[in-house]
Amino acid sequence: MAIWLTENSKIIVQGMTGGEGTKHTRRMLASGARVVGGVNARKANTTHEGLPVFGTVKEAIEQTGADVSVVFVPPAFTKDAVKEAIDAEIPLCVVITEGVPVHDSTEFWAYAVEKGNKTRIIGPNCPGIASPGASNAGIIPADITTAGRIGLVSKSGTLTYQLMYELRDFGFSTAVGIGGDPVIGTTHIDALKAFQEDPGTDAIVMIGEIGGDAEERAAAYIEQHVTKPVVAYVAGFTAPEGKTMGHAGAIVSGSAGTAQAKKEALEKVGVRVGKTPSETAQLMREIMQSR
Amino acid sequence: MDLFEHQAKELFADYGIPVPRGIVAHTVEEVRSAATELTGRVVVKAQVKTGGRGKAGGVKVADDAADAVAKAEAILGMDIKGHTVHKVLVEEASAIAEEYYFSFLLDRANRTFLAICSAAGGMDIEEVAHTAPEKVAKVPVSALTGVDRATAREIAAAGGLPEKSLDGAAELIEKLWCCFVDEDATLVEVNPMILSADGQVKALDGKVTLDDNASFRQADHEALADKSAEDPLEAAAKEKDLNYVKLDGNVGIIGNGAGLVMSTLDVVAYAGEAFPGKPSSANFLDIGGGASAEVMAAGLEIILSDPSVKSIFVNVFGGITACDAVANGIVSAFKLLEGRGEAVRHPLVVRLDGNNALLGRQILADAALPRVELVDTMDDAAKRAAELAAAGV
Repeated sequence: MAIWLTENSKIIVQGMTGGEGTKHTRRMLASGARVVGGVNARKANTTHEGLPVFGTVKEAIEQTGADVSVVFVPPAFTKDAVKEAIDAEIPLCVVITEGVPVHDSTEFWAYAVEKGNKTRIIGPNCPGIASPGASNAGIIPADITTAGRIGLVSKSGTLTYQLMYELRDFGFSTAVGIGGDPVIGTTHIDALKAFQEDPGTDAIVMIGEIGGDAEERAAAYIEQHVTKPVVAYVAGFTAPEGKTMGHAGAIVSGSAGTAQAKKEALEKVGVRVGKTPSETAQLMREIMQSR
Repeated sequence: MDLFEHQAKELFADYGIPVPRGIVAHTVEEVRSAATELTGRVVVKAQVKTGGRGKAGGVKVADDAADAVAKAEAILGMDIKGHTVHKVLVEEASAIAEEYYFSFLLDRANRTFLAICSAAGGMDIEEVAHTAPEKVAKVPVSALTGVDRATAREIAAAGGLPEKSLDGAAELIEKLWCCFVDEDATLVEVNPMILSADGQVKALDGKVTLDDNASFRQADHEALADKSAEDPLEAAAKEKDLNYVKLDGNVGIIGNGAGLVMSTLDVVAYAGEAFPGKPSSANFLDIGGGASAEVMAAGLEIILSDPSVKSIFVNVFGGITACDAVANGIVSAFKLLEGRGEAVRHPLVVRLDGNNALLGRQILADAALPRVELVDTMDDAAKRAAELAAAGV
């Protein structure tokens, strides 16, 4: 079992014909994911990597029954690509693109909300989502680990890979890279909720980073709603203090956003927080072995 | 990117927002001529990218040009929270009737924009927000609908501004919203936004943060960067397109992925606690996904030119990047640097895991590079790098 992405998921790639799109379409196909086509208005009705290219997301859905879109288009066009996916009401849109202006991500998020949240957005600036042994939407290497019963949600790509690798003998139900941008579509809380409800997930690894207060809010959510064991890792204890300006940030978040504040918030609700990625893996190992 | 007050106000003026007349000065002589030109009472304001200038004595009112020079002598060169004052803004003094607070910013938690407005503006706004939150209006603003004059007026009224200020404030707020959107800002703050004695609503201060991700469509923003404040190593790294931040320690760090590199800094700091002098990281350097020989060489070159570095820790988890490519990158980087007569003179600890790790380790073992050590795990490699830095000359 897995969350959001299963062996039945049919994937289209927005920006498939570009360099990154081509490379990762190949990788997804090689890993066994069901990629069924791509979207590029200027190359409609051609084929690429043996797959049909459609002019719009809507047309691609109609022709293939796709229910997942992976976005590789450049930052300048990402907002329009995501809004198109939302208009087509595709259930899952995974935005890999790095460097999207925050005014654009704030706008497409507002658009998704206005349209009734029919599309789950993951990202932007994320490695995507992988359900090992079932499917893979994005750039997470498929061969790090196999199917298992640990769920993982992370702001960071390489730390996701590191933890999947350290716990490869247990395997994962789903690993979700939500991205570290200020505005993202899927949050730690969304993933925690889905893992809590997923009968195929026994325990959850959560990886956070300095900045914002997403981890603090996740801690509050865990206290109220999550009964499965959670272990966490937070990166950035020794990162230099950001140069914040003005009073506005402090007025809004009410949290320092430091790694220490996040660690304390998580430990307060009973989440064990590892000092290093390896120690975090060890904490999860103990939980899985005691089951 | 954060702007100086004078840059923020120049930007505001471009959007038709009323700001006091002002002139930037770098020397007391420039202050004298600026104050002479402005005539009458002026305010001399330290230009530093941090808050609390007023409380630190970085903002002074002067009666005339001679007084402005005296005030500027004290302010130029002073240190405000670690920022040295290299320039001041000399501004005509405003007759202030009332002080308000206003800002637009990104509200990360709620994934929307937010307007914050209060009639209790000035230096103590944070205190007010804490002790009397009802005096500070926080109004969510949708990216889809934005702010027109009527909405702007509602926000000003919600902040408790008096009737006499509402029209002027609404006009300023509407223009400020245009600035916020058109410039891809993540913060525009006016504190204080004042009602002057002659009934005008003006921006007496300005703080602006611009989104670096938007630089591809904001060609003008590059000119606003403060090149003089850049660390020379950071500037050199930027020219090579490297994601590098200079830090205070002595272990040079190269890794892939921002999260992993941030984590590496932490792990090195923990490991360093056990050694004399408590070695810690000398830098943050994320070489990203494609660790080619050129990128590796460029990264090593920057780190080797940092005199505080005693050892180097290369920490790579091969996801998309294959570890054999990274290993080949290291080998070619050594050759490349040697060819230029810049041989690697510090010990290099390498941790390779993930995609093709065995192959990568074999390549490094075969190359038998001087002073390169392979360590299996991230934690042990951090320990070794810290140990070598502590023993380093």
